[in-house]
Amino acid sequence: MEFIDYYKVLGVDKNATQDDIKKAYRKLARKLHPDLNPNDKEAHKKFQQINEANEVLSDPEKRKKYDQYGKDWQHAEQFEQARQSQGQSQSFGRETFSGDFEESEFSDFFTSLFGNMGGGGFRQRQTKYRGEDYHAELQLNLSEAYKAHQQVLTVNGKNIRITIPAGIENGQKIKIKGHGGEGINGGPAGDLYITFHIINNTTFKRDGNDLYTTVDLDLYTAVLGGEVTIDTLDGKVKLKVKPETQNGTRIRLKGKGFPVYKKEGEFGDLIVTFQVKIPTHLTEKQKELFEQLAKLSS
Amino acid sequence: MQVENMIVLNEFCSSHGIDISFVQSLEDNGLIEIIIVDQAMCITAEELPRLERIVRLHDELDINLEGIDVINYLLQRIEEMRQEIITLKNQLSFYREEDK
Repeated sequence: MEFIDYYKVLGVDKNATQDDIKKAYRKLARKLHPDLNPNDKEAHKKFQQINEANEVLSDPEKRKKYDQYGKDWQHAEQFEQARQSQGQSQSFGRETFSGDFEESEFSDFFTSLFGNMGGGGFRQRQTKYRGEDYHAELQLNLSEAYKAHQQVLTVNGKNIRITIPAGIENGQKIKIKGHGGEGINGGPAGDLYITFHIINNTTFKRDGNDLYTTVDLDLYTAVLGGEVTIDTLDGKVKLKVKPETQNGTRIRLKGKGFPVYKKEGEFGDLIVTFQVKIPTHLTEKQKELFEQLAKLSS
Repeated sequence: MQVENMIVLNEFCSSHGIDISFVQSLEDNGLIEIIIVDQAMCITAEELPRLERIVRLHDELDINLEGIDVINYLLQRIEEMRQEIITLKNQLSFYREEDK
Protein backbone atom coordinates (compact mmCIF):
# COMPACT_ATOMS: atom_id res chain seq x y z
CA MET A 1 0.00 0.00 0.00
CA GLU A 2 1.50 3.29 -1.10
CA PHE A 3 0.97 6.89 -0.11
CA ILE A 4 -1.36 8.65 -2.56
CA ASP A 5 -0.68 12.28 -3.36
CA TYR A 6 -4.25 13.55 -3.71
CA TYR A 7 -3.02 17.00 -4.73
CA LYS A 8 -1.14 15.43 -7.62
CA VAL A 9 -4.18 13.34 -8.57
CA LEU A 10 -6.25 16.52 -8.96
CA GLY A 11 -3.31 18.49 -10.36
CA VAL A 12 -3.52 21.24 -7.74
CA ASP A 13 -1.03 22.95 -5.46
CA LYS A 14 -0.85 22.09 -1.75
CA ASN A 15 -2.07 25.60 -1.02
CA ALA A 16 -5.06 25.26 -3.36
CA THR A 17 -8.28 26.86 -2.16
CA GLN A 18 -11.53 24.92 -1.91
CA ASP A 19 -12.60 26.69 -5.08
CA ASP A 20 -9.43 25.57 -6.92
CA ILE A 21 -10.04 21.98 -5.79
CA LYS A 22 -13.67 22.07 -6.87
CA LYS A 23 -12.73 23.48 -10.27
CA ALA A 24 -9.94 20.95 -10.82
CA TYR A 25 -12.19 18.09 -9.78
CA ARG A 26 -15.10 19.11 -11.99
CA LYS A 27 -12.79 19.59 -14.95
CA LEU A 28 -11.32 16.10 -14.56
CA ALA A 29 -14.74 14.59 -13.83
CA ARG A 30 -16.09 15.96 -17.12
CA LYS A 31 -13.22 14.26 -18.89
CA LEU A 32 -13.20 10.93 -17.05
CA HIS A 33 -16.86 10.33 -16.15
CA PRO A 34 -17.77 6.66 -16.88
CA ASP A 35 -20.82 7.70 -18.90
CA LEU A 36 -18.55 9.57 -21.27
CA ASN A 37 -16.02 6.75 -21.44
CA PRO A 38 -18.01 3.55 -21.89
CA ASN A 39 -15.89 0.37 -21.81
CA ASP A 40 -12.79 2.34 -20.79
CA LYS A 41 -11.50 0.68 -17.62
CA GLU A 42 -8.56 3.08 -17.37
CA ALA A 43 -10.88 6.11 -17.35
CA HIS A 44 -13.10 4.39 -14.77
CA LYS A 45 -10.08 3.77 -12.53
CA LYS A 46 -8.90 7.36 -12.86
CA PHE A 47 -12.42 8.61 -12.13
CA GLN A 48 -12.39 6.65 -8.87
CA GLN A 49 -9.02 8.17 -8.02
CA ILE A 50 -10.20 11.75 -8.55
CA ASN A 51 -13.37 10.99 -6.59
CA GLU A 52 -11.28 9.75 -3.72
CA ALA A 53 -8.96 12.77 -3.91
CA ASN A 54 -11.97 15.08 -3.96
CA GLU A 55 -13.56 13.21 -1.05
CA VAL A 56 -10.51 14.04 1.03
CA LEU A 57 -9.48 17.48 -0.20
CA SER A 58 -12.97 19.00 -0.44
CA ASP A 59 -13.69 18.12 3.19
CA PRO A 60 -11.72 20.51 5.47
CA GLU A 61 -11.57 17.97 8.30
CA LYS A 62 -10.31 15.16 6.10
CA ARG A 63 -7.91 17.46 4.30
CA LYS A 64 -6.51 18.62 7.64
CA LYS A 65 -5.93 15.05 8.73
CA TYR A 66 -4.40 14.15 5.39
CA ASP A 67 -2.10 17.21 5.45
CA GLN A 68 -1.19 16.60 9.06
CA TYR A 69 -0.10 13.00 8.68
CA GLY A 70 0.84 12.99 5.01
CA LYS A 71 3.37 10.29 4.37
CA ASP A 72 3.15 9.18 8.00
CA TRP A 73 -0.40 7.98 7.35
CA GLN A 74 0.52 4.53 8.69
CA HIS A 75 0.81 6.04 12.14
CA ALA A 76 -2.28 8.23 11.87
CA GLU A 77 -4.46 5.94 13.94
CA GLN A 78 -1.86 5.69 16.70
CA PHE A 79 -1.55 9.48 16.80
CA GLU A 80 -5.33 9.80 16.88
CA GLN A 81 -5.69 7.36 19.76
CA ALA A 82 -3.01 9.20 21.67
CA ARG A 83 -4.77 12.50 21.08
CA GLN A 84 -8.16 11.13 22.04
CA SER A 85 -6.74 9.80 25.28
CA GLN A 86 -5.58 13.32 25.96
CA GLY A 87 -9.13 14.56 25.55
CA GLN A 88 -8.52 16.12 22.17
CA SER A 89 -10.74 13.90 20.10
CA GLN A 90 -12.10 15.21 16.86
CA SER A 91 -15.13 14.24 14.89
CA PHE A 92 -14.63 13.76 11.21
CA GLY A 93 -18.29 14.08 10.35
CA ARG A 94 -19.23 10.62 9.14
CA GLU A 95 -21.61 11.68 6.46
CA THR A 96 -23.59 9.08 4.65
CA PHE A 97 -23.24 9.34 0.92
CA SER A 98 -25.01 7.22 -1.59
CA GLY A 99 -22.53 7.45 -4.38
CA ASP A 100 -22.14 4.87 -7.09
CA PHE A 101 -18.93 3.49 -5.62
CA GLU A 102 -18.82 0.74 -3.13
CA GLU A 103 -16.61 1.12 -0.10
CA SER A 104 -14.24 -1.47 -1.50
CA GLU A 105 -13.58 0.85 -4.42
CA PHE A 106 -11.69 3.24 -2.18
CA SER A 107 -7.97 2.63 -2.01
CA ASP A 108 -6.44 0.84 0.96
CA PHE A 109 -4.62 4.08 1.68
CA PHE A 110 -7.93 5.96 2.02
CA THR A 111 -9.48 3.23 4.16
CA SER A 112 -6.50 3.09 6.50
CA LEU A 113 -6.57 6.84 6.98
CA PHE A 114 -10.30 7.47 7.18
CA GLY A 115 -11.86 4.09 7.70
CA ASN A 116 -14.87 2.87 5.76
CA MET A 117 -16.72 6.13 5.50
CA GLY A 118 -18.91 5.12 2.63
CA GLY A 119 -18.94 6.27 -0.95
CA GLY A 120 -18.33 9.82 -1.95
CA GLY A 121 -18.46 11.73 -5.14
CA PHE A 122 -21.34 13.65 -6.47
CA ARG A 123 -24.43 12.00 -5.17
CA GLN A 124 -25.84 13.07 -1.90
CA ARG A 125 -29.24 11.38 -2.05
CA GLN A 126 -30.43 7.91 -1.10
CA THR A 127 -31.33 7.14 -4.67
CA LYS A 128 -31.64 3.84 -6.45
CA TYR A 129 -29.04 3.20 -9.08
CA ARG A 130 -28.63 0.51 -11.63
CA GLY A 131 -25.78 -1.88 -10.92
CA GLU A 132 -22.50 -1.86 -12.76
CA ASP A 133 -22.34 -3.44 -16.20
CA TYR A 134 -19.99 -6.40 -16.44
CA HIS A 135 -17.85 -7.12 -19.48
CA ALA A 136 -16.58 -10.54 -20.45
CA GLU A 137 -14.88 -12.12 -23.43
CA LEU A 138 -15.69 -15.48 -24.95
CA GLN A 139 -13.73 -17.45 -27.52
CA LEU A 140 -15.59 -19.57 -30.06
CA ASN A 141 -14.50 -21.63 -33.04
CA LEU A 142 -15.96 -20.67 -36.41
CA SER A 143 -17.62 -24.08 -36.62
CA GLU A 144 -19.29 -23.42 -33.23
CA ALA A 145 -20.47 -19.98 -34.35
CA TYR A 146 -22.13 -21.64 -37.34
CA LYS A 147 -24.88 -23.09 -35.18
CA ALA A 148 -26.90 -21.64 -32.31
CA HIS A 149 -25.86 -23.30 -29.12
CA GLN A 150 -26.18 -23.01 -25.38
CA GLN A 151 -23.26 -22.35 -23.11
CA VAL A 152 -22.96 -22.05 -19.35
CA LEU A 153 -20.85 -19.15 -18.13
CA THR A 154 -19.70 -18.53 -14.59
CA VAL A 155 -19.91 -14.86 -13.72
CA ASN A 156 -19.08 -13.80 -10.16
CA GLY A 157 -19.68 -17.33 -8.93
CA LYS A 158 -23.08 -17.63 -10.59
CA ASN A 159 -23.75 -19.95 -13.49
CA ILE A 160 -25.59 -18.35 -16.37
CA ARG A 161 -26.94 -20.39 -19.24
CA ILE A 162 -26.89 -18.37 -22.44
CA THR A 163 -27.96 -19.13 -25.97
CA ILE A 164 -25.51 -17.88 -28.54
CA PRO A 165 -27.35 -17.26 -31.80
CA ALA A 166 -25.85 -18.70 -34.98
CA GLY A 167 -23.89 -16.30 -37.15
CA ILE A 168 -22.20 -14.25 -34.45
CA GLU A 169 -19.41 -12.07 -35.80
CA ASN A 170 -15.84 -11.80 -34.56
CA GLY A 171 -15.70 -8.85 -32.14
CA GLN A 172 -19.48 -8.73 -31.75
CA LYS A 173 -20.86 -7.85 -28.35
CA ILE A 174 -24.11 -9.20 -26.93
CA LYS A 175 -25.98 -7.99 -23.86
CA ILE A 176 -27.35 -10.35 -21.20
CA LYS A 177 -29.86 -8.26 -19.34
CA GLY A 178 -29.76 -8.14 -15.56
CA HIS A 179 -26.62 -10.26 -15.11
CA GLY A 180 -24.29 -7.41 -14.19
CA GLY A 181 -23.60 -6.01 -10.73
CA GLU A 182 -26.37 -5.69 -8.20
CA GLY A 183 -28.25 -2.40 -8.06
CA ILE A 184 -27.41 0.20 -5.44
CA ASN A 185 -30.03 1.02 -2.82
CA GLY A 186 -32.41 -1.49 -4.39
CA GLY A 187 -31.90 -0.32 -7.98
CA PRO A 188 -32.03 -2.78 -10.88
CA ALA A 189 -29.03 -4.99 -11.67
CA GLY A 190 -26.63 -4.01 -14.44
CA ASP A 191 -26.15 -5.98 -17.63
CA LEU A 192 -23.52 -8.45 -18.74
CA TYR A 193 -21.80 -7.69 -22.04
CA ILE A 194 -20.00 -10.53 -23.80
CA THR A 195 -17.55 -9.86 -26.61
CA PHE A 196 -16.94 -12.82 -28.92
CA HIS A 197 -13.61 -13.75 -30.42
CA ILE A 198 -14.08 -16.15 -33.29
CA ILE A 199 -11.15 -18.44 -34.11
CA ASN A 200 -11.17 -19.90 -37.59
CA ASN A 201 -10.72 -23.66 -37.19
CA THR A 202 -11.86 -24.41 -40.74
CA THR A 203 -10.40 -24.11 -44.23
CA PHE A 204 -13.07 -21.56 -45.12
CA LYS A 205 -12.53 -17.82 -45.04
CA ARG A 206 -15.34 -15.67 -43.78
CA ASP A 207 -16.34 -12.20 -44.92
CA GLY A 208 -19.54 -11.21 -43.14
CA ASN A 209 -22.03 -13.93 -44.01
CA ASP A 210 -20.18 -15.19 -47.05
CA LEU A 211 -17.68 -18.02 -46.95
CA TYR A 212 -14.83 -18.54 -49.40
CA THR A 213 -13.08 -21.75 -50.34
CA THR A 214 -10.65 -22.96 -52.98
CA VAL A 215 -11.20 -26.32 -54.67
CA ASP A 216 -8.59 -28.19 -56.69
CA LEU A 217 -9.79 -29.29 -60.10
CA ASP A 218 -7.94 -31.81 -62.23
CA LEU A 219 -7.12 -30.72 -65.76
CA TYR A 220 -9.38 -33.27 -67.40
CA THR A 221 -12.49 -32.25 -65.46
CA ALA A 222 -11.64 -28.58 -66.09
CA VAL A 223 -11.39 -29.20 -69.83
CA LEU A 224 -14.14 -31.75 -70.33
CA GLY A 225 -16.50 -30.82 -67.49
CA GLY A 226 -17.83 -33.13 -64.85
CA GLU A 227 -18.75 -33.24 -61.20
CA VAL A 228 -16.84 -32.56 -58.00
CA THR A 229 -17.80 -33.05 -54.37
CA ILE A 230 -16.95 -30.14 -52.11
CA ASP A 231 -17.11 -29.54 -48.36
CA THR A 232 -19.39 -26.91 -46.88
CA LEU A 233 -19.90 -26.17 -43.19
CA ASP A 234 -23.18 -28.03 -43.55
CA GLY A 235 -21.73 -31.18 -45.15
CA LYS A 236 -20.69 -32.21 -48.64
CA VAL A 237 -22.35 -31.03 -51.84
CA LYS A 238 -21.96 -32.14 -55.44
CA LEU A 239 -21.11 -29.49 -57.94
CA LYS A 240 -21.30 -29.60 -61.73
CA VAL A 241 -18.23 -28.30 -63.52
CA LYS A 242 -18.76 -26.79 -66.93
CA PRO A 243 -16.49 -27.92 -69.74
CA GLU A 244 -13.53 -25.56 -70.38
CA THR A 245 -13.54 -24.16 -66.88
CA GLN A 246 -10.61 -21.74 -66.48
CA ASN A 247 -8.18 -21.66 -63.57
CA GLY A 248 -9.40 -19.18 -60.94
CA THR A 249 -13.04 -19.42 -61.99
CA ARG A 250 -15.34 -18.44 -59.15
CA ILE A 251 -18.81 -19.79 -58.62
CA ARG A 252 -21.28 -18.69 -56.00
CA LEU A 253 -23.37 -21.24 -54.13
CA LYS A 254 -26.40 -19.38 -52.82
CA GLY A 255 -27.31 -20.04 -49.22
CA LYS A 256 -24.32 -22.27 -48.50
CA GLY A 257 -22.43 -19.65 -46.53
CA PHE A 258 -22.68 -18.53 -42.91
CA PRO A 259 -26.02 -18.08 -41.13
CA VAL A 260 -27.24 -14.49 -40.88
CA TYR A 261 -27.23 -13.41 -37.23
CA LYS A 262 -30.71 -13.62 -35.69
CA LYS A 263 -32.37 -14.30 -39.05
CA GLU A 264 -33.38 -17.91 -38.92
CA GLY A 265 -33.15 -19.76 -42.21
CA GLU A 266 -31.12 -17.01 -43.89
CA PHE A 267 -27.60 -17.77 -45.00
CA GLY A 268 -24.84 -16.04 -46.91
CA ASP A 269 -23.21 -17.59 -49.96
CA LEU A 270 -20.28 -19.92 -50.45
CA ILE A 271 -17.86 -18.68 -53.09
CA VAL A 272 -15.81 -21.47 -54.62
CA THR A 273 -12.63 -20.73 -56.54
CA PHE A 274 -11.39 -23.49 -58.85
CA GLN A 275 -7.68 -24.10 -58.93
CA VAL A 276 -6.83 -26.21 -61.93
CA LYS A 277 -4.05 -28.67 -61.24
CA ILE A 278 -1.71 -29.48 -64.12
CA PRO A 279 -0.87 -33.20 -64.12
CA THR A 280 2.68 -34.17 -63.23
CA HIS A 281 4.75 -37.37 -63.66
CA LEU A 282 3.26 -38.00 -67.09
CA THR A 283 3.77 -41.39 -68.72
CA GLU A 284 5.29 -41.64 -72.19
CA LYS A 285 1.83 -42.34 -73.59
CA GLN A 286 0.33 -39.28 -71.91
CA LYS A 287 3.16 -37.07 -73.18
CA GLU A 288 2.57 -38.43 -76.68
CA LEU A 289 -1.12 -37.61 -76.48
CA PHE A 290 -0.43 -34.08 -75.22
CA GLU A 291 1.98 -33.57 -78.11
CA GLN A 292 -0.75 -34.68 -80.49
CA LEU A 293 -3.11 -32.21 -78.86
CA ALA A 294 -0.54 -29.47 -79.17
CA LYS A 295 -0.10 -30.20 -82.86
CA LEU A 296 -3.86 -30.13 -83.39
CA SER A 297 -4.09 -26.78 -81.61
CA SER A 298 -1.29 -25.07 -83.51
CA MET B 1 -48.98 -1.94 -24.65
CA GLN B 2 -47.50 -4.25 -22.01
CA VAL B 3 -47.34 -2.49 -18.65
CA GLU B 4 -44.74 -4.92 -17.29
CA ASN B 5 -42.17 -3.63 -19.78
CA MET B 6 -42.75 -0.03 -18.74
CA ILE B 7 -41.15 2.16 -16.12
CA VAL B 8 -43.63 4.47 -14.43
CA LEU B 9 -42.02 7.90 -14.37
CA ASN B 10 -43.59 8.98 -11.08
CA GLU B 11 -41.87 6.07 -9.37
CA PHE B 12 -38.62 6.71 -11.19
CA CYS B 13 -38.67 10.38 -10.19
CA SER B 14 -39.45 9.70 -6.55
CA SER B 15 -36.72 7.06 -6.25
CA HIS B 16 -34.17 9.37 -7.89
CA GLY B 17 -35.41 12.46 -6.06
CA ILE B 18 -36.04 14.43 -9.22
CA ASP B 19 -38.99 16.51 -10.29
CA ILE B 20 -41.35 15.11 -12.91
CA SER B 21 -41.06 18.42 -14.78
CA PHE B 22 -37.40 17.59 -15.46
CA VAL B 23 -38.39 14.38 -17.21
CA GLN B 24 -41.06 16.24 -19.16
CA SER B 25 -38.47 18.77 -20.27
CA LEU B 26 -36.37 15.87 -21.54
CA GLU B 27 -39.26 14.82 -23.73
CA ASP B 28 -39.80 18.40 -24.89
CA ASN B 29 -36.17 18.43 -26.01
CA GLY B 30 -36.52 15.09 -27.77
CA LEU B 31 -34.18 13.27 -25.39
CA ILE B 32 -36.64 10.59 -24.32
CA GLU B 33 -40.02 9.36 -25.44
CA ILE B 34 -42.80 9.28 -22.86
CA ILE B 35 -45.62 6.79 -23.36
CA ILE B 36 -48.95 7.05 -21.55
CA VAL B 37 -50.15 3.71 -20.15
CA ASP B 38 -53.30 3.64 -18.00
CA GLN B 39 -53.04 7.43 -17.60
CA ALA B 40 -49.54 7.09 -16.17
CA MET B 41 -46.44 8.53 -17.83
CA CYS B 42 -43.99 5.75 -18.62
CA ILE B 43 -40.87 4.97 -20.56
CA THR B 44 -39.90 1.62 -21.99
CA ALA B 45 -37.52 -0.54 -19.95
CA GLU B 46 -35.03 -0.33 -22.85
CA GLU B 47 -34.89 3.42 -22.40
CA LEU B 48 -34.16 3.25 -18.66
CA PRO B 49 -30.33 3.09 -18.95
CA ARG B 50 -30.46 6.11 -21.29
CA LEU B 51 -32.64 8.10 -18.88
CA GLU B 52 -30.39 7.17 -15.96
CA ARG B 53 -27.38 8.34 -17.91
CA ILE B 54 -29.09 11.64 -18.68
CA VAL B 55 -29.88 12.14 -14.98
CA ARG B 56 -26.28 11.37 -14.01
CA LEU B 57 -24.82 13.72 -16.61
CA HIS B 58 -27.19 16.46 -15.53
CA ASP B 59 -26.76 15.96 -11.78
CA GLU B 60 -23.10 15.08 -11.61
CA LEU B 61 -21.54 17.14 -14.35
CA ASP B 62 -24.04 20.03 -14.47
CA ILE B 63 -24.55 19.48 -18.18
CA ASN B 64 -27.58 21.18 -19.65
CA LEU B 65 -30.06 19.44 -21.91
CA GLU B 66 -28.49 20.73 -25.12
CA GLY B 67 -25.13 19.40 -23.94
CA ILE B 68 -26.65 16.03 -23.08
CA ASP B 69 -28.20 15.86 -26.54
CA VAL B 70 -24.77 16.45 -28.10
CA ILE B 71 -23.17 13.83 -25.81
CA ASN B 72 -25.84 11.26 -26.70
CA TYR B 73 -25.30 11.91 -30.38
CA LEU B 74 -21.52 11.64 -30.09
CA LEU B 75 -21.69 8.46 -27.98
CA GLN B 76 -23.96 6.94 -30.61
CA ARG B 77 -21.48 7.94 -33.33
CA ILE B 78 -18.63 6.39 -31.31
CA GLU B 79 -20.61 3.13 -31.02
CA GLU B 80 -21.35 3.13 -34.78
CA MET B 81 -17.69 3.74 -35.54
CA ARG B 82 -16.69 0.98 -33.11
CA GLN B 83 -18.96 -1.42 -35.02
CA GLU B 84 -17.50 -0.22 -38.32
CA ILE B 85 -13.95 -0.78 -37.04
CA ILE B 86 -14.85 -4.36 -36.07
CA THR B 87 -16.26 -5.03 -39.54
CA LEU B 88 -13.24 -3.45 -41.24
CA LYS B 89 -10.81 -5.39 -39.03
CA ASN B 90 -12.58 -8.64 -39.94
CA GLN B 91 -12.42 -7.75 -43.64
CA LEU B 92 -8.76 -6.81 -43.33
CA SER B 93 -7.90 -10.13 -41.73
CA PHE B 94 -9.84 -11.84 -44.54
CA TYR B 95 -7.72 -10.18 -47.25
CA ARG B 96 -4.53 -10.71 -45.28
CA GLU B 97 -5.31 -14.44 -45.14
CA GLU B 98 -6.00 -14.39 -48.87
CA ASP B 99 -2.58 -12.86 -49.57
CA LYS B 100 -0.79 -15.64 -47.71
